[in-house]
Amino acid sequence: MRAMLKGIAASDGVVCGPVYRLVDPDLSCAPRSIKNLDYELTRFHQALDAATSEVETIKTRVTKNLGADGAQVFCHQISMLKDPELVKRVEQIINEQRLNAEVALSRAVEQLETVDQPLQDNPYLEERLTQLHQVTKRLTAHLLGVKLPDIALIDRPVILVAHELVSNEAFPTDMSNILGIITDLGGRVAHVSLLARAKGIPAVVGAQTATTQLRDGETIVMNGKLGNITLGPSSAELYHAKVTMAKQRANSAKLAEQPNHGTLTKDGVDVLLAANMETAADLPAIIQGGAEAVGLFRTEFLYMQTDSLPSEDEQFVAYRDILQKLAPRPVVMRTLDIGGDKSLPYQVAGQTENSFLGARAIRQSLAHQQMFRSQLRALLRASAYGNLNIMFPMISTLDEFRQAKAIYNDERSQLTAANIPLGQVHVGMMIEVPAAAILADRFAQEVDFMSIGTNDLIGYTLAADRTDPDVAYLYQPYHPAVLRLIDSIIRAGHAAGIPVAMCGEMAGDPIAVPLLLGMGLDEFSMGANELGRTRELIGQLKAHDLASLVETVLNSASTSQEVITMVQAVAPDVVK
Amino acid sequence: MEKREFHVTAETGIHARPATLLVQAASKFNSEVSLQYQDKSVNLKSIMGVMSLGVGQNADITITTDGDDEADAMSAVAETMKKEGLSD
Repeated sequence: MRAMLKGIAASDGVVCGPVYRLVDPDLSCAPRSIKNLDYELTRFHQALDAATSEVETIKTRVTKNLGADGAQVFCHQISMLKDPELVKRVEQIINEQRLNAEVALSRAVEQLETVDQPLQDNPYLEERLTQLHQVTKRLTAHLLGVKLPDIALIDRPVILVAHELVSNEAFPTDMSNILGIITDLGGRVAHVSLLARAKGIPAVVGAQTATTQLRDGETIVMNGKLGNITLGPSSAELYHAKVTMAKQRANSAKLAEQPNHGTLTKDGVDVLLAANMETAADLPAIIQGGAEAVGLFRTEFLYMQTDSLPSEDEQFVAYRDILQKLAPRPVVMRTLDIGGDKSLPYQVAGQTENSFLGARAIRQSLAHQQMFRSQLRALLRASAYGNLNIMFPMISTLDEFRQAKAIYNDERSQLTAANIPLGQVHVGMMIEVPAAAILADRFAQEVDFMSIGTNDLIGYTLAADRTDPDVAYLYQPYHPAVLRLIDSIIRAGHAAGIPVAMCGEMAGDPIAVPLLLGMGLDEFSMGANELGRTRELIGQLKAHDLASLVETVLNSASTSQEVITMVQAVAPDVVK
Repeated sequence: MEKREFHVTAETGIHARPATLLVQAASKFNSEVSLQYQDKSVNLKSIMGVMSLGVGQNADITITTDGDDEADAMSAVAETMKKEGLSD
């Protein structure tokens, strides 16, 4: 072993493999005076051809996974590489100023940029500049003979190492070649961590210096359960990692074979085991994993995969297909939750610097009703094709819920008047703001169901930004304050006769599951890869015994560690 | 030379996707194809040119084709405008 890097354990599993750094190479270049103009022009055209064929490859692979709309931006980049104005300008600079192609290119791009200065507030121009910079980077890399990495160019199994993976970058192609993921930034509930767990890919995040310490192509071992990265592993360490990988594969195959027979505790209490879902690509894993419902479909990914706002019809088709494929399972679709660590790749009126305490989720929807109404219409139209329920994210006040519900009712009656067939839809809310959690008994009088979003509820309760690795230690699902909040939400829901679900990470957490069962949670919704394990765990627990564990924990635990000890003491064999 | 005026009805104007398709359509022909908006004129075969105009909803634009296949070029561009819902 040469060295060990430590990060945050984000997704279980051990893997070994070669490093693929998603880091831009040094693309700086100095002006050189050119003697052989023909040679320089040929070099430029060769780079154009090579860059175009590389973007074509990216486009083909992204299209395969996301469809033509998802790959739109690459069509755009190809048009730029073929742009006669760009080519003409570069050739002119090479010919007239006898400059090397790299520098001629950057001067031509500067000229094209300055043309736009007076119109800079225009979102089309910003988009155009972003794409122009991507194209320039790829062309310069070819001229300099260095590689510009891209997830879509990966064609063999690798461990992906990036500074940060933001939502719309993280899933352009299928991830079969990604053995593991390491990022410098991020915490356990950053988007990349959720994605890794949903796909069953081991991940270590918040590893701080990974991109600078790891070299492209070197073989490393990473452990997503412990958050360790081993550089220059010994042959014994490599052997051990390979044995563990083989065991993991056998294990996940075994869990996938379990038939879907509902989920019962050892003493016969029936709970609903549900999956969280981001895109249609998650469907096979959800169905294979035996999910009885989808407890959370995050509609924002539909908005993030394109370069402009999806139309009502586009949304309708996407929602309808998902509902049809999952029927008769109930599916809870959450209206747009943009903000926090998720932003759109294009401009929307009023979109500001996103923050966890800013205008995100329902706050944005209520402020920009056109977008919200078109989403509700698409959802309602799709409701005729399956078992749809809708929930609103980030509700803080009853007034917000009432406003959103009124808009929903308005759209519903308009569609009914137009004779559009609609299904029966329950309308509920996410409980993730502490104010809503404390007032859950009042909300329960007006909503059809409540779903606890633990990732945000924990973040807001402990006042910790989940994307900041420095405060990752504050992401404490077993903090007694969090547990008391959850318990009071469940009791408030049951007192009003409505079901209470949980769609955060905690619903699949082996320490939390016994407590949640004891509190009487109705529905557990989690990443598809955690379904098999959680069903097995629930089958080994007796719900009635756990009620007294909950009482002890709520009355006497003062710290997360005490909670863990108490849970392990009651169920030592099943909870590790 | 052919010349035709269009009124852009699309809510999002000529953004990346339709701009790319317009450029692809125009590039199939030998004729020079240009787009005038306000006091600026750009080559419709150049994506950078088209997007530098920032054509939004309700803009009035003029498209000119000039060359041996100018009529075909104009109808191809007009068809793309219509198909992409950019204008009526």
